[in-house]
Amino acid sequence: MKSPRNPLPQLAMLAWAVVTALPLLWAVVSSLKTDQEILNEPWAPPSSLHFENWSRAWTAASIGRYFFNSLIVVGGALVLTMLLGSLVAYALARYQFRGNRAIYYTFVAAMFFPVFLALVPLFFVVRQLGLLGTYHGLILVYAAYAVPFTVFFLHAFFRTLPEEVAEAAVLDGCSHSAVFFRVMLPLARPGLVAVGIFNFLGLWNQYLLPLVLNPDPDRYVLAQGLAALSVSQGYRSDWSGLFAGLTIAMLPVLVAYVAFQRHIRAGMTAGAVR
Amino acid sequence: MRHGRWRFLLAALVPALVLHVVLVFSPYAQAFYLSLTDWTGVAGEANFVGVDNFVRLGDDSLFLDAVRNNAVMLVVVPIATIGLALFLASMLNGRRPLPGASAYQIVYFFPQMLSLVIIAVLWGFVYNPNTGLLNSGLRAIGLDGLARSWLAEPSLALPSVMAVVVWSSVGFYVVLFSAAIGAIPKELFEAAVLDGAGRWATFRRVTLPLVAESVQVAFVYLGIAALDGFVLVQVMSVGPGGPDGTTEVVGLSLYRTAFTYGKFGYATAMGVALFFAALTLAVLALRWRRDEVTA
Repeated sequence: MKSPRNPLPQLAMLAWAVVTALPLLWAVVSSLKTDQEILNEPWAPPSSLHFENWSRAWTAASIGRYFFNSLIVVGGALVLTMLLGSLVAYALARYQFRGNRAIYYTFVAAMFFPVFLALVPLFFVVRQLGLLGTYHGLILVYAAYAVPFTVFFLHAFFRTLPEEVAEAAVLDGCSHSAVFFRVMLPLARPGLVAVGIFNFLGLWNQYLLPLVLNPDPDRYVLAQGLAALSVSQGYRSDWSGLFAGLTIAMLPVLVAYVAFQRHIRAGMTAGAVR
Repeated sequence: MRHGRWRFLLAALVPALVLHVVLVFSPYAQAFYLSLTDWTGVAGEANFVGVDNFVRLGDDSLFLDAVRNNAVMLVVVPIATIGLALFLASMLNGRRPLPGASAYQIVYFFPQMLSLVIIAVLWGFVYNPNTGLLNSGLRAIGLDGLARSWLAEPSLALPSVMAVVVWSSVGFYVVLFSAAIGAIPKELFEAAVLDGAGRWATFRRVTLPLVAESVQVAFVYLGIAALDGFVLVQVMSVGPGGPDGTTEVVGLSLYRTAFTYGKFGYATAMGVALFFAALTLAVLALRWRRDEVTA
C-alpha cells in the first residue's frame, strides 16, 4: 500500500513555476492590450487582441531593424567563432609542436579576465582600426571574445576522439585539412552543437560590448534597441508598444527553447560541469 | 606530408591568434599600464602617475558605494540562489518521481534563455509603482500597505535588483543540481530510509555531500555574476545607480567614468581593482576545492 503523498514538493515546485512564468506571461498579455487597459487594469486580460501593437513595435519602434542587426552580427560572429575555435582546438589537441602549451594558455587565460578590464583599451583599438560602429567590427570583437571558451571546450572534446580514425584517413591519402573537415568535425558534432548553442545565446544576449563599440542607433542590436526603447517609450508612454517589443524579443527564443529544450539545457549546463 | 602539416597548422592557428592578440590580449595588457596614467583619451598624452588612481579610488565615495553594493551582492546572491535551487532540486528528485517534473524544468529554465536586458526591462515594469505587476497584485489581494516604490526607495532598491538576479538564475541551478542529484545511486537513498533518516537528515548526510562539487561551481559562477550586475542596474535602476548610489556597481562606475567623463586612466584603475577581486575569488574557490579533496 502506498502512503499518501507529501504535498510539499508539488506545492513548492508549483509556486516557483508561477513566480517564473507570471512576469513573462504578463508581458505577453500586456502586449495585446491598449495603453488605457495597461494603466488601469494591469491584471485583467485584454478586451480584444491588439496585434497592431506588435506591428507598431516592429516598424515604428525599429524592433525589426534591431532584430536583423542582431541576426547579421550574431550569425557572422557565430560562424567565425566556430570555425576559428574548432581549428585552434583541433590543432592544439592533435598536433605536438613547440609552443603548443603556450598558445593554449594564451587563449584559455582570457576566460579568467573580466571584460570590464579590457573595455577602455578595446574601445581605442577598435576605433584605431576604423571598426567602431560597423557590423564587421562587432563580428570580429564578438568572435575574439567567444573563441577562448570554444577552444577550451573543444580541446577537451577532440582529445577524446579515437586516434585510429584520423590515421586511417591519412593512410587513404587525405590531406591534413581534409582529415579535419571531413573526418574529425563530423565526429565532434555533439561537442560542436553544445558549444554552438552556448555561444549563440551568449552572443545574442551581449550588451556591454555593443553599448561601447556600436554607437550608431541605426546599427543597434536587439538588446541595445530594447534598452534605448524602454527609456524613450517611457517618456512617450507607449506602454503597449514597449510590451510588444519585449514580447517580440522574447517569444522566438522561448519557442526555440521549448522545441530544442533537451539539447539547449545540456549545452548550457555543459559550460558549468566541464 | 611534413610540409602539409606545417601549412595546415599555420592556417589553423594564425588567423585566430592575430584576432586574439589584437582584440583580447593587447587590450588586457594595455589596461594594466593605462591604470597607472592620467589618460583622458588624447593620443600621446598619458602621463605616468603611479598608484595615484588607486589612492584616489579609496576616497571616491561613489566608487566605495559600488564596492559595498557588489560586496553585499557577493554574499546575498549566491547564498539565496543556491539555497533556493537546492531546495527545489531536492523536491524535484524525491524518493518518488514527481508528476510534471520535466515540465517544471522547462519552465524554470525560461529566464536563462532571455537576455539580461529583456529581464531588466521586464522587471522595470513589474516594479512600476502604479501599474506594475507587483504593486497591483498586492493591492488586488488587499495588501495595499505593502505596495512600494521598489526601485526608488533607497533601502529597497538594491534588494529589488538582487531579487531579479536570483529570479533569473535559480532555474539554471535547479537543472544543474538535478543532474547531480539524479546521478546519486538510488541505493544510498534507500539505505538512508532504512536507517530511519528523515527528509532533512537524508538531504544533509547524503544529497549535500554528493553534490558539493556542483555547489562549488555554482558559488564561483554566481560570485562572478555578483561582481558584475551592470546590465540590470544600468537598465533598471533610477539614475542609473541610484537612488543616491544605493545600486551603484563597479562596472557602472567604470563605464560612466570612461565613456561619460572621459577619464580613461582612472576608469581603467577600476577595471584593475575588479580584476583583482575576481582573481581573489577564483583563488579562494580553488583553495576550497583542494581542502575538500585533502580533507
